[in-house]
Amino acid sequence: MSITERPITESADRSGYDLTPWERKFIGVHLFIAIIALGIGSLIGPLQALEYSNVDVYEKLADWGILQSYYQGLTLHGVLNALVWTTFFIVGFTTFTTIKGLRRPLSYPKINVAGLAVMVVGLVMAAVPMLIDEATVLYTFYAPLKANWAFYVGLTLVVVGSWISGVGFFLTLRDWRKDNKGVRSPFIALGGVINAAMWQIATLGVAVEMLTMLIPWSFGITDYTDPELARTYFWFTGHPLVYFWLLPAYISWYGMLPKQAGGKLFSDSLARLAFWMFLIVSVPVGFHHQFVDPGVPQVWKYIHALLTYSVFFPSMITAFTVIASLEYAARKRGGTGLIGWVRALPWSDPSVASQLLAGILFMFGGIGGLTNASYNVNLVIHNTAWVPGHFHLTVATAVTLSFIGITYWLVPHLAGKQLWSPKTALVQAWTWFVGMVIFSNAMHMLGLLGAPRRTPLGEAPYVPDEWNGHLLRVSIGGTILLVSVILYLVVMYKTFRGPKVDPALVPEAPIAESIRHPQLTPVWLDTFKPWLIAAGVLLLIAYGPQLVDQIMNMNLNAPGTDFQPW
Amino acid sequence: MSTTDIAPDEVPSDDQLTMGIDPFERNWMKLSVALLIVFAIAVTVAGFAAGFQLPGAESEVDPRTVATEGRWAEPGVTELGDGKFEAYILAVTWSFSPREIVVPVGAEVDIYVTSPDLQHGFKITDTNVNMQVVPGQVSKLTYTFDDVGEFPYICHEYCGQGHAAMFGTVKVVSEAEYEASKTDTSTDSDETAEADG
Repeated sequence: MSITERPITESADRSGYDLTPWERKFIGVHLFIAIIALGIGSLIGPLQALEYSNVDVYEKLADWGILQSYYQGLTLHGVLNALVWTTFFIVGFTTFTTIKGLRRPLSYPKINVAGLAVMVVGLVMAAVPMLIDEATVLYTFYAPLKANWAFYVGLTLVVVGSWISGVGFFLTLRDWRKDNKGVRSPFIALGGVINAAMWQIATLGVAVEMLTMLIPWSFGITDYTDPELARTYFWFTGHPLVYFWLLPAYISWYGMLPKQAGGKLFSDSLARLAFWMFLIVSVPVGFHHQFVDPGVPQVWKYIHALLTYSVFFPSMITAFTVIASLEYAARKRGGTGLIGWVRALPWSDPSVASQLLAGILFMFGGIGGLTNASYNVNLVIHNTAWVPGHFHLTVATAVTLSFIGITYWLVPHLAGKQLWSPKTALVQAWTWFVGMVIFSNAMHMLGLLGAPRRTPLGEAPYVPDEWNGHLLRVSIGGTILLVSVILYLVVMYKTFRGPKVDPALVPEAPIAESIRHPQLTPVWLDTFKPWLIAAGVLLLIAYGPQLVDQIMNMNLNAPGTDFQPW
Repeated sequence: MSTTDIAPDEVPSDDQLTMGIDPFERNWMKLSVALLIVFAIAVTVAGFAAGFQLPGAESEVDPRTVATEGRWAEPGVTELGDGKFEAYILAVTWSFSPREIVVPVGAEVDIYVTSPDLQHGFKITDTNVNMQVVPGQVSKLTYTFDDVGEFPYICHEYCGQGHAAMFGTVKVVSEAEYEASKTDTSTDSDETAEADG
């Protein structure tokens, strides 16, 4: 399975790199946990969607003692899909892009093993209280909703584990650079490490929230919280979290999908520029999640609104570069016409189709995201059904359907097998797309009409008749998605259990070369220091004053309820 | 591509190291920046010239005593004269107090909401009133009710088992109806709501 295209580096290391059996297993464990989490979390999702049409499966499940409430289901759906599936997939995938991109083993595999071990311990600790209804606080765990301490400690350990793995990636890249002076770092490896660096900066917020406020409080060491400060800490992490999800999908869109489509990356230098910009502007935008908060002055909200526009810029670059790369591929395949070339893309490849469909819905997700970020326009949709409608286009489709597409070659590649029934996988991708279009459009409409998010609208007394059509469409979309999830799990199971095949039949790792040689990319697009300094300075300016003010004036006086509210 | 490429083994000279941006993409990037500047100007004008403002840092209260001492001990609407009103609303797990406020059409109402226990939400349907309600903080927005009708205010932040039932109503009535209701002995604002899930 050597990589036969033109080498992407100038080093002597041209032979490609076959993953060792241990490396395959190690990456595979990450993916296995991720897919199980996605499976359980996504099977629960449609229960919420069905509730909107008064089909209350939760009542039955409560009778059987499985799930106690809509909210327990919603908590599991959010934590398993948005936090566990994403984080485990990303750490596993970044392990792959580091090794395969640099064509060398991890420098300190023990660090990465430790990272995975800490993540698994954290996952188990967080899962137990969620499953026994002791942590029904949703994946934002807003204080002073008080979960069992194990939930907070567990989630903290998952983050700490991902930090440890990030250090392992960075050290491996550092060693590669020592051995390859003057050579541009391979894009897929560099992108993964930039994402890990951004994640380490971003998660400082939630780490401080957990360690200084929620964990001592959940243990009974302290009696009170400052909910507004907790929100500021949370959203320091909460928005860059979405770029932590998105950048691995971008690595695939820039660095792999062009190869799968039969083409090349259109611009190596702009791909790198986009990633560096995400490192700088992903974090200092969190107040746009707090636009309607009390306790945060308007001026900071306004500044973060403008900064959020700036983070839109690298996504605009991505839109052009990725589409241009695909057009290049399509024309090479004989595609013609202004738009008609799209038909010449290999739509019959489920991995490609998944990622193309993910990209199409991401355009609408991006437009909705601009609405959310637009300061006062946000008043119309804040905390409404529009918001889950939005992030089911972004994290649940752009990210998740792309990751699903990646697993369609990565899982067989690691297991030494062939993808089971590519046709079924294609149906899976399309049902996901169609289900999400119906679901998400209805949720956006409900939001514009004022329907709150996170609410079992089937039982809410204030729902007017004009919402009913949209509520039904939410349920229909959710049902189609349920079919899609089941198909995905079947394809993964059958692939995993399938027979070993001749190595020539196993899918290769698609690593795209760029049209222009990466050695022509300026050195400043391959250097961490200036970008890290810029990220730190912008963070101090955009977050420093307000954060210091809230910490200096901390009011630890909110006890929450004296009963368990769920 | 306008820039020349190099052979795999060639070492590029410094002046070959460029971004190599395609002219189409350069224009796209300029267009993107222009678009974002237009959006930024739009929200700035709407926010600071037309006055579509967000809640800000209003004031702080002690959630442990806010339900029993001070302005939220007796939540409700007060007429300030000159068409101006103020409404103090307490969001308690799982109901709003009061559950209904009545104002005459055209009333400009300063709305103050806080919570003694958990975070809640406060969104008045069909208006731009949308606030997170956070224990210890006062959420404030001002809104002028120009249309007669009933406008539900809905809790839009998860607050436990009874969250979906947590709402109240703003009744905007004609001037005459409002005057008539004032002469009634009972006022709506005295209604203290007990949680009933």
